[in-house]
Amino acid sequence: MTALAVLKPGGDAATALYIVAFSLFIIGIKQGTHPTTAKRGNLIAAVGMAVAVVTTLLLDGMGNWGLIVLGLGIGTAIGVIASIRVQMTEMPQMVALYNGVGGGAVALIAWSEIRHGISLGEDFSLDTLIPIIFAGVIGSVSFWGSNIAFAKLQDLIPTRPIAAPGQQVINAVLLIAIVTICVVLAVDHESPSQGLFILLLVLAAILGNLVVLPIGGADMPVVISLLNAFTGLSAAAAGFALDNVALIVAGTLVGSSGTILTMEMATAMNRSVANILFSGFGGAPSGGGGGTGEERPHVSIGAQDAAIKLAYADSVVVVPGYGLAVAQAQHAIKEVADELEKRGVTVNYAIHPVAGRMPGHMNVLLAEADVPYEQLREMEDINPEMPRTDVAVVVGANDVTNPAAKNDPDSPIAGMPIIEVSEAQEVIVIKRSLSPGFAGIDNDLFYEPNTSMLFADAKAAAAEIASEIGNL
Amino acid sequence: MSLMTEITIFVLAVFVGFEVISKVPTTLHTPLMSQTNAIHGIVMLGGLIVVGFANDGLEYVIGTIAIAFGTINIVGGFMVTDRMLGMFSRKPRSKPASSASRPGAGGSDGGSS
Repeated sequence: MTALAVLKPGGDAATALYIVAFSLFIIGIKQGTHPTTAKRGNLIAAVGMAVAVVTTLLLDGMGNWGLIVLGLGIGTAIGVIASIRVQMTEMPQMVALYNGVGGGAVALIAWSEIRHGISLGEDFSLDTLIPIIFAGVIGSVSFWGSNIAFAKLQDLIPTRPIAAPGQQVINAVLLIAIVTICVVLAVDHESPSQGLFILLLVLAAILGNLVVLPIGGADMPVVISLLNAFTGLSAAAAGFALDNVALIVAGTLVGSSGTILTMEMATAMNRSVANILFSGFGGAPSGGGGGTGEERPHVSIGAQDAAIKLAYADSVVVVPGYGLAVAQAQHAIKEVADELEKRGVTVNYAIHPVAGRMPGHMNVLLAEADVPYEQLREMEDINPEMPRTDVAVVVGANDVTNPAAKNDPDSPIAGMPIIEVSEAQEVIVIKRSLSPGFAGIDNDLFYEPNTSMLFADAKAAAAEIASEIGNL
Repeated sequence: MSLMTEITIFVLAVFVGFEVISKVPTTLHTPLMSQTNAIHGIVMLGGLIVVGFANDGLEYVIGTIAIAFGTINIVGGFMVTDRMLGMFSRKPRSKPASSASRPGAGGSDGGSS
């Protein structure tokens, strides 16, 4: 189209192969939405990617093979090692990290396109420059935002919301500065200043940090999903700049599908995406059952008591949360379930849509422990059965069981759908302490008369309960 | 390709993305997010083109890093998705629960969700 058109082959053969590639992506995503075909879908998409990469490598005029091989080699090595070594519990931060490097790649490509055009002394047309600017800004925001999300999930920085006073003002000023620079670059599009463009990347980087830092850990899944969609869009923008149809289609697909996924996740938490991005669960809750300092009465039990309660129940529902993931307790919980099933107890698992730190996080973990698929029950499905449940065991879940969401209109989580464990005959909560969850609010469940607290590490407690049941 | 052709493709792709994704069981949200995450690694092609046609030192460096980043995104993304989905496709109860405790993963930090 413009700057690179003389250099870049956009021939029919290359385009045809790109069409094959993005068709495979569409089929791959489509199959990824059904349990039986998901694995094949992923492979199909990966084949599509291979087609796209090979096509690009075959473009006429490509050079600098040493560097290309170097980049591919380093990337492959890191990608393979990281994905083999990662624990299933660390999946959310892994996705955040992969998303971040994708965004980083977009930003770097945008920068390099600007340099390339300037060094060739070519005029940029707006149809090239605007996508480059968009790709640079969004890529940079996504890279830094994802890195912060990764650091929070990996506990490298506190998961609590971190906000400076006047944060909203600073963000607004940054945003205005970014828009202004974009306009200046666009007005001067025939000879854009590289310095300004780099300043733009830096400001976008700061904005990416500042937007994600004040968001609490509980909202991270939504943020990662949103950044995923952003990276997709920025890749599409890079496609506009490079006149590359594969980038346009694949990036856009990710952008639109990621947007839907993000909205689904936000809906599950009964919050809007804007609300998550611009308020967070905020500072310490004032009022709404905060009860700082005063010790509220609760019942504390040991593993043996818990084992007896469970063993003599008819039906048990396990409610897993992020605590199960950090304690790696999925196998131990499965052992408890096995022991119970030997005694004829029905065991089900109640999966809240946002339990853990990603939708489906709990499903992945429990599947890893060989929990049968049909025992994993979704929230709407299991809630009506709660009153007929003898014992509900809450393992490291907190906010998603807090009755305040239903009962207290002033609660920060008011209106969020919860797993109604307090409807069960008895509740056992396995947790290390009474400390609040990500939302930073007290859980009324812990103080209800039919709730017993078992203070322990989830994995150790579950192992102990399993052996106690075996001894009964 | 003209700008309008590209915008046509873009808009159609937006709708394809919306259509293709609807009605996903919660179970598959994480793997699907991971798979689409891998797909946007396609931007690595941009890195290849940058390096392939680069003509100054800094462009070599920027482009090579972009290729490495994009490749991590692609390779890691597809492999991690495959690992996740592998766990679902494993036959339930086909194995005894011998892997009761996995090494190297101590519990830390209180349970909260």
